[in-house]
Amino acid sequence: MAAPATPNTETEVLSLEEKFAGIASPDTREGYEGYIIAADKAEEVVKYIRDDLGYDYLSSVTGVDYLEDDHMEVVYHAFKTEGGPALNFKIQTDRENPRVPSITHLYPAAEFQEREAYDMYGILFDGHPDLRRILMWDDFEGWPMRKDWKEAYYEAETKPFKNRWPGGDVYRIEANNPFNKNVVYPEGFNLNGYNPLGDKTLYDMLNQYDRGGSNLKTDQIVVNIGPQHPSTHGVFRMVVRLDGENVNALKPVFGYLHRNHEKIGERNTWLMNMPYTDRLDYLTSMCNNHAYALTVEKMMGLEVPERADYIRVLMNELTRIASHLWATGFLLNDLGAFQTPMLYLIKNRELILDFFEATSGTRMMCNYSRFGGVAYDLPDTLRDENTMDWLHEMIHERLPRGLEELERFLSNNEIVRTRAIGLSPVTAQEAIALGMSGPMLRAAGVPYDVRRAEPYGIYDRFDFDIPVGTTGDVYDRYLVRVNEIRESIKILKQCLRDMPAKGDIMSVKPGYTHKVPAGEAYGRGENPKGELGFYCVSKGKGHPYRYHIRAPSFINLTGLEKLCVGTKIADVVVVLGSIDIVLGEVDR
Amino acid sequence: MYGLGIIRGMGITLKHFVDTYVDDLRFLGKRYYDESSLKVRQGPKAAGAFTVQYPEEKLAMPERFRFVPFLLFEENEDGTTQDRCTSCGICSKVCPPQCIWIERTKDPVTKRPVPEPKDFHIDIDICMNCGYCAEFCPFDAIKMDHDYELSSYDRTSAHVFNKERLSKPVSYYASIRPNFFLAEEKVRAEENKKKAKQAEAKAKAKGGGKAKAAAPAPAAAAPAAVAEAPAPAAAPAASAADLDAAAKKKALAEKRKAMIAARKAKKGK
Amino acid sequence: MTDELKNPNIPVPAELEGTVTITTLDKLYNWSRRSSIFPMIFGLACCAIEMICAASSRFDLARFGMEVFRATPRQSDLMIVSGTVTKKMVPQIVRLYNQMPEPKYVMAMGACASGGGPFKEGYNVVSGIDKFIPVDVYVPGCPPTPQALIFGLIKLQEKIDQQSIKSVPWYNSDAIEAIPIPILGPDLIDPRQGSQIAREMAVATEAEA
Repeated sequence: MAAPATPNTETEVLSLEEKFAGIASPDTREGYEGYIIAADKAEEVVKYIRDDLGYDYLSSVTGVDYLEDDHMEVVYHAFKTEGGPALNFKIQTDRENPRVPSITHLYPAAEFQEREAYDMYGILFDGHPDLRRILMWDDFEGWPMRKDWKEAYYEAETKPFKNRWPGGDVYRIEANNPFNKNVVYPEGFNLNGYNPLGDKTLYDMLNQYDRGGSNLKTDQIVVNIGPQHPSTHGVFRMVVRLDGENVNALKPVFGYLHRNHEKIGERNTWLMNMPYTDRLDYLTSMCNNHAYALTVEKMMGLEVPERADYIRVLMNELTRIASHLWATGFLLNDLGAFQTPMLYLIKNRELILDFFEATSGTRMMCNYSRFGGVAYDLPDTLRDENTMDWLHEMIHERLPRGLEELERFLSNNEIVRTRAIGLSPVTAQEAIALGMSGPMLRAAGVPYDVRRAEPYGIYDRFDFDIPVGTTGDVYDRYLVRVNEIRESIKILKQCLRDMPAKGDIMSVKPGYTHKVPAGEAYGRGENPKGELGFYCVSKGKGHPYRYHIRAPSFINLTGLEKLCVGTKIADVVVVLGSIDIVLGEVDR
Repeated sequence: MYGLGIIRGMGITLKHFVDTYVDDLRFLGKRYYDESSLKVRQGPKAAGAFTVQYPEEKLAMPERFRFVPFLLFEENEDGTTQDRCTSCGICSKVCPPQCIWIERTKDPVTKRPVPEPKDFHIDIDICMNCGYCAEFCPFDAIKMDHDYELSSYDRTSAHVFNKERLSKPVSYYASIRPNFFLAEEKVRAEENKKKAKQAEAKAKAKGGGKAKAAAPAPAAAAPAAVAEAPAPAAAPAASAADLDAAAKKKALAEKRKAMIAARKAKKGK
Repeated sequence: MTDELKNPNIPVPAELEGTVTITTLDKLYNWSRRSSIFPMIFGLACCAIEMICAASSRFDLARFGMEVFRATPRQSDLMIVSGTVTKKMVPQIVRLYNQMPEPKYVMAMGACASGGGPFKEGYNVVSGIDKFIPVDVYVPGCPPTPQALIFGLIKLQEKIDQQSIKSVPWYNSDAIEAIPIPILGPDLIDPRQGSQIAREMAVATEAEA
């Protein structure tokens, strides 16, 4: 867990340019950085970036539709697992026939993200093994994230909508627009005799797999787990092909909670997106707010007052504890320890939520960060007790006690150990290649934590360790989470000790209009689930031109198939529980 | 030894079971349905059963708790009421899901807008309880409510709140958020004083004795801000602090530009 | 319990006070139904977390006889639609609703399930589950706190109390028809709107010609 190595970007950057003169050219647009790579030579360049430059961790892949410039772009952000800033490279393609070579064979982490770019923008990735729609269903018509695509309830390009004031003619949009006005039906569409594709492509894909196994001819059955299933942690669906009770193929199906976050986000003003980020990973709204605020602050060049920074760390770490308690409780639920451990763990989470409620106003959807600080200072009292005393009691007594109990209760429990040890191990190389982040990556033995790799806020001031596992099995993931709670408590103690008692919480005057300079930025934070990234493009207006979310839960699922194949069907539930997904973030 | 972990786990469950009875002793039989013991039971020193016996006992909402918004009106001594809202439209502009509809009143004679809302609608089926309307309202006219018991059998009739349904007296606000109310009243009083002084000075300069016209009624600040609709929702009062912030912003923007330039230069090398 | 069930219209002789309770069949029927509502484990989005919180240590739905969350629709009485209903999910929700045995109740928890919520404008979001299945109680809020949810459940109990065994539809001889399952076509298609779609298509092609 070395301190972040000072990346020697200058020589490397030079060498990339030197090596590929005319193929990889620096992005010279105002406010942009990184490289634009020619599509036909992309494979060679990407291979060089990965192998020679050492950017082994592909974090984010996304599309951008530049309607006015009549081209589309695929934007990649790669990092080094030893730390340091991103290498950002782009491949441009035209809008009529968008084609880009797939890089899944170099970076398996790109698989779902490329599918998403295809689903949202219609960009075809040549060489992708399984290019189907991912969030929408196969029969869906249109590429929703394109700038010229309009949904049925479309009102205006940007918010605020003009008819809200001063006319105030209230209506329900569905009454105003009773039948899908903007839905484009294919020519000659006739509902009678309409035969949708349904899940055909999905099952075809599943059946491509080599049946493998013994010479004995056995029947294989396909089982759908979800989207309504108690152990999928929401509306997630896994299609599993079974040989006996062994899993030999698995395909996750997404999109049952696809709430069009990004499309709505590009209509919102910068500030309006803040409460929407709450609803990404709804267990960790404080962290989401922070990561989004970081991104916009980066673009605006804003600084944050010291006290606000401490409050943010306080909130982040409490969130991390709450989220890990929840994850552990439900992992145990999936393991069969129905309810009891969860009930004990939720008690402490409820207390943390009390603090969030007293500070920000709600338990879950905190909407707490603002650009340049936080919305409110800490409250004076909490349940008639001085807040600082309350926090002190919580951080020095209650949470450590709860953690100790959790360890005594579960870490050495034979049933937990028997079920979890050795289940679906993953090596460090695989974890990196599959783009895993957060506890998943660390359990595999990679000490990669954004708080250390590229410290944000004031995380460089705290003394804490990064817990890592060795084998990357379910038990390691559990242990990493438990140890992270311990480290978070350590940070919280330091935070409480060093926090300035008084001070500004905003560096600028609070306002609701923000002019963000034109350009792009990728901001990220270490969420309890992993690396949460925001890729924003501004055209200098009051709202983002592109607003993309690199959701850790979503990308952690890239490895789900790898983790599950070969295990028993009963263990699939446990493996999924150990990944700790939240559907709001998976589907956005 | 095999099974030790399980026995230990059972022990913890047993301890949780006993804890409640031990904790009962601490409260001497007053554990339930008692407000002061509820606070202890729900704090970090809680032990044993953690349950809130809703609806008999309700968990107190902290002052900042926010649910669906409501509108404030002043109750005058003569029994009439005065909306604080001036229909300036800022809340409907900042609302992320755009769930606020405001109809502005127009003077029947002059056709000029009058600073009070003719009607005010909030669709609570869209509202995301983010609190921006209350945060950015310059007149403290819209606030977030504490009343969460809003369930209904029919949403078409009950879920678009109109002005009548939304309006609540200032005294109610003072009761749910006493500290906020006091702090805001202080600021308002100061502002009104300032305004009265300015008006007086103006009146003096004019030579007339019309200072009284600018009575420090709460809505006195309204006409200025609301008069010109197309102007992009002017901030309530441009002060020295504003200018200062603007200058700061500019400096930061320049700093950022310089940073980008430096980065580019570095790469160019 | 006996107080709740007592029928005030029929006097009980003084010597039997406290030993005998006379009630009506309706009261007994409703009391037993509303004290053992089994909700379905059916979490869609953020609201589901608050629903779980309502069911766990602090708010404890067991006090209302509602702690038995059933994983299968066949065994449940109440569907709490807790979260944003997306177009991709609607066919499953309708199917689950059809699979629930009568008497069944639906609660729309949160702004999204009631009317689309903050995501209403999205292309994959249904503006309210009541477009497809009948909803008994709406709980506003984003998300409703556990206490708000419990208040909604109490409202549901009140609603159950109003029903009479003589008039409830599930004992009527005409079978209750299943709701047609929406189709995921180019967009979400409600089969009940088939003729309307055909009409609109005709208009559109005419306009083009």
